[in-house]
Amino acid sequence: MNLIGPAPLSPYCVAMFAELGHFALILAFAVAIVQAGIPLIGAQKGWRNWMAVGEPAASAQFLLLAFSFAALTYAFVTSDFSLRLVVLNSHTAKPMLYKISGVWGNHEGSMLLWVLILAAFGAAVAWFGRDLPAGLRARVLSVQAMIGVAFIGFIIFTSNPFLRMAEPPFDGQGLNPLLQDPGLAFHPPFLYLGYVGLSMAFSFAVAALIEGRVDAAWARWVRPWTLAAWLFLTIGIALGSWWAYYELGWGGFWFWDPVENASFMPWLVATALLHSAIVVEKREVLKAWTILLAIIAFGFSLSGTFIVRSGVLTSVHAFASDPTRGLYVLVIFAVFMGSALTLFAARAGAMEARGVFAPVSRESALLLNNILLAVSAFVVFVGTIWPLVAEMAFGRKLSVGAPFFNVAFPPFMIGIAILLPIGALLPWKRGQLGRVLYRLRGALALAIAFALLAYAVQTGRSNLGPIGLALGAWVLAGTATDLWQRTGRGGGTGDRLKRLMRLPRADWGRGLAHGGLGIVIIGITSLLAWQIEDIRVAREGEPFTVGDYEITLDEVRQVQGPNYISTMATITARQDGKVVAVLHPEKRVYPVEAMPTTEADIDNGFWRDLYLVIGDRQEGGGWAVRTYVKPFANWIWGGAILMAFGGILSLTDRRYRVAAGARRRKRRIAATAAPAE
Amino acid sequence: MLRALALILAFLIALPALAVQPDEVLDDPALEARARELSQELRCVVCRGENIDESNAGIARDIRILLRERLKAGDSDQEVLDFMVERYGEYVLMRPTAKGANLLLWVAGPLMLLLALFVAFGYIRARSRASEREAAAALSPEEAKRLEELLGD
Repeated sequence: MNLIGPAPLSPYCVAMFAELGHFALILAFAVAIVQAGIPLIGAQKGWRNWMAVGEPAASAQFLLLAFSFAALTYAFVTSDFSLRLVVLNSHTAKPMLYKISGVWGNHEGSMLLWVLILAAFGAAVAWFGRDLPAGLRARVLSVQAMIGVAFIGFIIFTSNPFLRMAEPPFDGQGLNPLLQDPGLAFHPPFLYLGYVGLSMAFSFAVAALIEGRVDAAWARWVRPWTLAAWLFLTIGIALGSWWAYYELGWGGFWFWDPVENASFMPWLVATALLHSAIVVEKREVLKAWTILLAIIAFGFSLSGTFIVRSGVLTSVHAFASDPTRGLYVLVIFAVFMGSALTLFAARAGAMEARGVFAPVSRESALLLNNILLAVSAFVVFVGTIWPLVAEMAFGRKLSVGAPFFNVAFPPFMIGIAILLPIGALLPWKRGQLGRVLYRLRGALALAIAFALLAYAVQTGRSNLGPIGLALGAWVLAGTATDLWQRTGRGGGTGDRLKRLMRLPRADWGRGLAHGGLGIVIIGITSLLAWQIEDIRVAREGEPFTVGDYEITLDEVRQVQGPNYISTMATITARQDGKVVAVLHPEKRVYPVEAMPTTEADIDNGFWRDLYLVIGDRQEGGGWAVRTYVKPFANWIWGGAILMAFGGILSLTDRRYRVAAGARRRKRRIAATAAPAE
Repeated sequence: MLRALALILAFLIALPALAVQPDEVLDDPALEARARELSQELRCVVCRGENIDESNAGIARDIRILLRERLKAGDSDQEVLDFMVERYGEYVLMRPTAKGANLLLWVAGPLMLLLALFVAFGYIRARSRASEREAAAALSPEEAKRLEELLGD
């Protein structure tokens, strides 16, 4: 017997964990059914004790699902090959990070993560939404639980992660090597936080429709949830794009692939929703439209899940596809969208606008912003489903690829970029275009100067670069002007600088998010316009020139990785005789999965990335080497992260904290006052 | 069925060749640039949404080489695309033509934008009329000044 250390857990105990997880999942399903019904009925009838069921039910549902997820994670970490899912998606030789990310690197596990996040948002309303009116909170929790019932049911009936193998194999089949990457390990959780976070906006919208009331207070409660979902979606999309950039081997960062579009459409609509909710909150107009956007945003999340899960629109990303599952999600989609839109049609008329505004005003500008964002999402949607429509309705098998989207989509973004600084400076209710343009004269001059400079420096290339640079500079300088204007007029520059530092975080948040957009525009257009590419056979020790760089392939050797074999090159890049970077691009073969991958090596820089890829050994000696100089590449993801950071700053703004503080104070007063009564 | 199987097999056993290979590159830089441009417009027919320029699949390489042969033979860009459509079907084009029902795809965005602008215009006009009514009912500047004085101290 083991008398020295603690006794290891008995194998029966370990194996039981998965059963307990399975059981917790089924219990969560039952709890969700209760939560979907009781609080809603309570709110309709005005029964307080029925409404109060929502809170403990939401907590219980979350805890049960968290336990279930933990049990599945445990099975992956301990390589419990009696579970079918672990066999199909894991391997003992896999590094720990990818054993854990393997939990959501497959259909069943990722759906479990989906419902876990859904329940987490529900629990967040139960825990942090104490200042919500009881009726609204009960209804929100009910709607949230209805979504939960649908998707937990989906897992239990079509995609159970806890299925056992009758005869556990000795080892697993591994995880797609493309997915064994830190960028992609965290890409799905963030994306799901965003997708599922939009369920909050949906639940609030449906609850408001049931109540028949939408006011400034409602918009104030919806905004932080939408903002949170939006910032997670931003991070998730940026991570995915960054992953594609360095992993797929030619430095593309966006492919207009159906799965990418599936995450981009909710982002566009969520961005519109963020802006329209501001109008509802400040001015009590655009109510019906905001409700509709909230429904559509979640609709895109659902259809995104459908697209990914069904594989109906085949794409690079469709690692999981199964038509029966697709049908189930389609039914969920139809039921939720159908009933929400019916409810909307019945009740939207009752929401009359309060505020009034002149044609030139921030209200109008935000309305235009919403139109451009919503229609651009519509364009992406039509392009994404068109191959399906064409095949089913017209019997034409065709493709809609990047060239279509690159023509159809950018005009909307150009419109938004031009409009943004003007709209941000326009006052509510009534403004004067001339006055705003006068304030933006500096930004306009800067934008034109940049365009001319770029046009002069680049000779004979497309106009994309100068236009992009001008738009980006316009948005950046316009945002700076906006922040500066907010410091008011009084006092000297020093006073204004002090006031600038003390501006509310929401102002800084909006400044960073808008500035981030300007940076993304500069990054994308510069990269597309000014990238240098070189493809050649390089012999060891013979330098060649790419742009300003002298590149030498020093050596190529075989290296053994933890679960792969690599052909690794050593390449030195020099500029003016000085070594800038020594890079090690690789070609890897993962024997378990029998799949090769290329691993580019990148020298990241503020102004440019140096991107190197090693190819095959050539018959006449030497190796195929691809070299890229990618100007401003990191601005794309840097800008996106800045946007997300702006969202975080906004979320931590005083007004939300003050509201929380006031709530606590009120409760304290109530607590001290109670005995005196 | 057999054809589909063959395609899947071709996809699976495609060696890790990198997109465009050095031996494919044409000597004439202008012609090569045109080839690269056209490659963006053509789909690797066995891949999931990749163009032939990016794809590592064997058939993508075949199409790339074929494309360069057509260019060397003096075809115009449109002639090359037509040739590919004839050979691989409409599916090979990454940018769908605006012919027939596809016209709908191309005009959907602009039409929707016009519709949205039209509705928004009506909405803004209604709101601004309400605003004018409100302004008319509001105090005149003199009245406002007087009120300020009264409330001032």
